[in-house]
Amino acid sequence: MRAGPPRPGSAPRSARGRALQALALQALVALALAGLACLAVTNASEKLARQGITAGFGFLARAAGFDIGQRLIPYAAATSTYLDAFWVGLLNTLLVSGLAIGLATLIGFAVGIARLSPNWLLRTLAATYVEALRNLPLLLQLLVWYVAVRVMLPEARDPAAWGGAYLSQRGLVLPRPEFVGAAWLVPAAFVAGLVGARAWMRRRARRDAAGAEPGPVAAPVLALGLPALALVLGLPALAWIGLGLAGHPVGIAWPSPGPFGPEGGLGILPEFAALLLGLSTYTAAFIAEIVRAGLNSVARGQGEAAAALGLSRAKTLRLVTIPQAMRVIVPPLTSQYLNVTKNSSLAVLIGYPDLVHVFMGTVLNQTNQAVEVVAITMAVYLTLSLGLAALMNAYNRRAAPVTR
Amino acid sequence: MRSLSIPLLAALLAASPALTQTAVRAQADTLAQVRARGHLVCGVSGGVAGFSMPDGQGRWHGLDVDFCRALAAAIFDDPERVRFIPQSSAARFTALQSGEIDVLARNTTWTLSRDTAAMNFPVITFFDGQGFLVRKSLAITAVKQLDRATICLQQGTTTELNTADWFRTRGLSYQVVTFANSEQTLGAYESGRCDAYSTDKSSLYGERLKTAHPEAHVILEEAISKEPFAPGVRQGDDAWRDLVAWTHYAMIDAEEAGISQANVDRLRGETLSPDVKRILGLEGRYGQGLGLTGDWAYRIVHHVGNYGDVFARNLGDGTPLKIPRGLNALWTNGGLHYGPPIR
Repeated sequence: MRAGPPRPGSAPRSARGRALQALALQALVALALAGLACLAVTNASEKLARQGITAGFGFLARAAGFDIGQRLIPYAAATSTYLDAFWVGLLNTLLVSGLAIGLATLIGFAVGIARLSPNWLLRTLAATYVEALRNLPLLLQLLVWYVAVRVMLPEARDPAAWGGAYLSQRGLVLPRPEFVGAAWLVPAAFVAGLVGARAWMRRRARRDAAGAEPGPVAAPVLALGLPALALVLGLPALAWIGLGLAGHPVGIAWPSPGPFGPEGGLGILPEFAALLLGLSTYTAAFIAEIVRAGLNSVARGQGEAAAALGLSRAKTLRLVTIPQAMRVIVPPLTSQYLNVTKNSSLAVLIGYPDLVHVFMGTVLNQTNQAVEVVAITMAVYLTLSLGLAALMNAYNRRAAPVTR
Repeated sequence: MRSLSIPLLAALLAASPALTQTAVRAQADTLAQVRARGHLVCGVSGGVAGFSMPDGQGRWHGLDVDFCRALAAAIFDDPERVRFIPQSSAARFTALQSGEIDVLARNTTWTLSRDTAAMNFPVITFFDGQGFLVRKSLAITAVKQLDRATICLQQGTTTELNTADWFRTRGLSYQVVTFANSEQTLGAYESGRCDAYSTDKSSLYGERLKTAHPEAHVILEEAISKEPFAPGVRQGDDAWRDLVAWTHYAMIDAEEAGISQANVDRLRGETLSPDVKRILGLEGRYGQGLGLTGDWAYRIVHHVGNYGDVFARNLGDGTPLKIPRGLNALWTNGGLHYGPPIR
């Protein structure tokens, strides 16, 4: 039988016949796709073999031989492998993406709330920020940041110095605490301080809610914030002093002005700073719009009711509007976070050694293992994005208000 | 739609074996192909000052360009019968292998892996090495003084490996900043992000010209790697390989014998030594072995010049680049260029 639509004269075919035809067609398409994929794979492996390239992931164990400008884990050209180079690149990507997500969220929420402010100047400034930054290509902004960072900073051999830190075209070099021996107590005390401060603020909030002993109206922020701040900063300081008295002082690697510029200590590269600032400010413009939309989605009556109860504008926002707006904000916010992660690969253009720069750039070029390197890189971004999305979805489910 | 798509898919499946067939292998006799075509097709870099770069009128200039013109002069007695096709560093080997170009004259470093995998390198036309561009104000004269310095490199070349090896084996340290292209690398160096910019010395001369104050920067004498630039030809065509090699040797031998573009026509009428006569094709018929006429070398010098002429025109003191002859002087002057005798 010839496959085709029923001719005008013939009787309409049975549903079963149509289903069979559809099935056959799908099988054929699947077969064709599989054939094409098979073809691509054999073709590629044939060509690679001709070029003397061995397929597979064995190259990851070979010595890398090149240096990387920023590394969060120990890495040396002579002894490290291509796999180590991969981890260095991946951690650099995670570092800049993670910090950019945090910073973009802070700026984005501030600007988004400012756009709805009754203050004309604040509102206009926020609107200008959003319109300017989200309408310029990110690549252009990154280049501007990078050039600006380089041009405005003092020369490397004549750095600006404050209290042991140096700022120059080589970046910001800070004194680096050296955590050896019992010095882990200091960061541990910091974490304990954070936990304690949070517990204190919760208790305080519960007491406020219960209406007992209302705090001083004039300075609620101070009353809340000061003891918390004291906990967060005081505990590590105490640990530090205690260790010093006990004879195990925490070492500090002080930077020094070397022959070519500041060296030693903890260095923040200009490439990193430019990428972080560029990604954060750009994404913040989009987040600001998402936040504004979210806040506007909360019924006006909610705010008016809160005002009628005597809540200040800040409290209304914090306790009434934002919690309700979050379920509208979170889904689009997730896609902005994904964008930050993916856009961080523009690092290539300003010389920040992220995953794409190190792995798809130098490693690919040295090993010629294009198929493997590209596949690994894509798998990494896919995993990062899907993982982040899953995290945000989980948060959204938890944060969504219980509806009756 | 449905009735259409099934035959379409069937046709696609039927046609797919054709896709597996690789590009038709270029035929072995390149010289015959070039003759039949009427011009030479030469792969060049297209953006390296002094090696291959088109000017405002679209006319190509450079050492690599003149090498291709010399080939055309030897074959056609006309240096203009050559077409230049710019090649990216990624595509250059494929272009040669697929027969898109007859010869690759694209400041390509001759290495063992390239020689065995991709192509043949008949002769070294320029001896280069990885060098360093630094500010004069740093008062640095040797690479080892760059200990603890920050160095800007372009990514994806052997410079990253060379630099790491060189500093490590000497127990020195450095901080690296790498960029994807040369504009960014130079920009970062010039703005003060790095103390030095490292790449092939021949490129550094051109890069220095692009800075705002070329006189404020100096290229260190020392080279930390060997980068012999050689034209590339396809494997399996020995006659063409010979022709490419001897085109270069003719220019070297001519320079050594004192035959230049300026005096070659005058010399022809004078009483000459036998070796000059042989180069000019006045004695013996040495071009025949290459599939050329007896005056093949005369054509090269007449139309393009000897190696010294070409070097002076494109790279030497008379040009903005001002690259010293150095290793590229004749062996009689302390350089490495040594042409086998034409006899």
